[in-house]
Amino acid sequence: MILTFLEWMQGTGWSIRLLESLYVWPLVESTHVLTIPLFVGTALMMDLRLMGLTFKSVPVSAFTGRMLPWTRAGGAILVVTGLLLFYSSPVPYYYNVFFRVKVVLLILAALNVWIFHSRIHNTVAEWDSDFVPPRAARISGIVSLISWALIVVTGRVIAYNWFDCDIQPQPDWVNWAAGCVIEGQQ
Amino acid sequence: MIEPWLPFFEWCEATTIGNAVRMSLWAFPVIEAVHLLGLCVLGGAVLLVDLRMLGLGLKQQRIAEVARDSRRYLVVGVLVMIATGVPLFLSEAIKCFYNQSFWVKMATLFVALLFTFFVRERAAHDDTLDTSTRSRLIGAASIAIWFTVAAAGRWIGFS
Repeated sequence: MILTFLEWMQGTGWSIRLLESLYVWPLVESTHVLTIPLFVGTALMMDLRLMGLTFKSVPVSAFTGRMLPWTRAGGAILVVTGLLLFYSSPVPYYYNVFFRVKVVLLILAALNVWIFHSRIHNTVAEWDSDFVPPRAARISGIVSLISWALIVVTGRVIAYNWFDCDIQPQPDWVNWAAGCVIEGQQ
Repeated sequence: MIEPWLPFFEWCEATTIGNAVRMSLWAFPVIEAVHLLGLCVLGGAVLLVDLRMLGLGLKQQRIAEVARDSRRYLVVGVLVMIATGVPLFLSEAIKCFYNQSFWVKMATLFVALLFTFFVRERAAHDDTLDTSTRSRLIGAASIAIWFTVAAAGRWIGFS
């Protein structure tokens, strides 16, 4: 059902126009990439603060209050440009194993953001100025750092799909992970 | 003006590292991914200070304080980007030679490094520097220069 929808999406006029445009696609992609240092860069600095590694004299609430709007703005641009890029060729992305891993990692990273802001950050007043925040905050910081780093890496290698369904033979687990349909093996 | 440099670029492409990266299926993308991670570290370190200089972001802290805590990550980011950027360049030096974006990137990178370590760092060392016309100009210029470096870098692959 998902695939039928994606195939329909890929056939729409705007999807084709976007993919084939000489400048719009590269500009959307460049905006996506150039927003990474804004989003991941500012998030990373907050993660390092949560891990108690740097900015020790800056209260955690200064990051969650003053820097977070910048991180959020970056995140919004990444989501919009990312969705546009997906819209330009949804079916190949669907079968791209790195894209699939990236989506799983994005869900994990989003869960971590949600847990941090709905629970851990609630008690920030008690440890705002602590050099080393409580364990839960430190764990949230390191999970964030690792997951966003892996999202950047998987995002970059989506463009180099060594495991494309058209490149065969591949190990069974690769074809399973990428959702490849191999003729004669159905 | 750049023509005399061509033999040097040819030599770069023929280096052991250049050949190894070009021959490998994985090396270029993996090094490129680490280059991007370096960009995140550098971007975060640069932006925190520049935003502060513009009177945004961590404005309850002194500029010198934000700059001092960011400095280590600024240096790490720059070093990671150079360490990964050089092998990427060596693997396709001749393509870069004929690529306008590459030259724009190198020229602006040179300016960005000089500006960051000589103008911006020097200003940020001054404990009394607060948000002012001077700090705003430095912060805005820094963002503009580094953005151009990154944009030209991305465009190398598209041109």
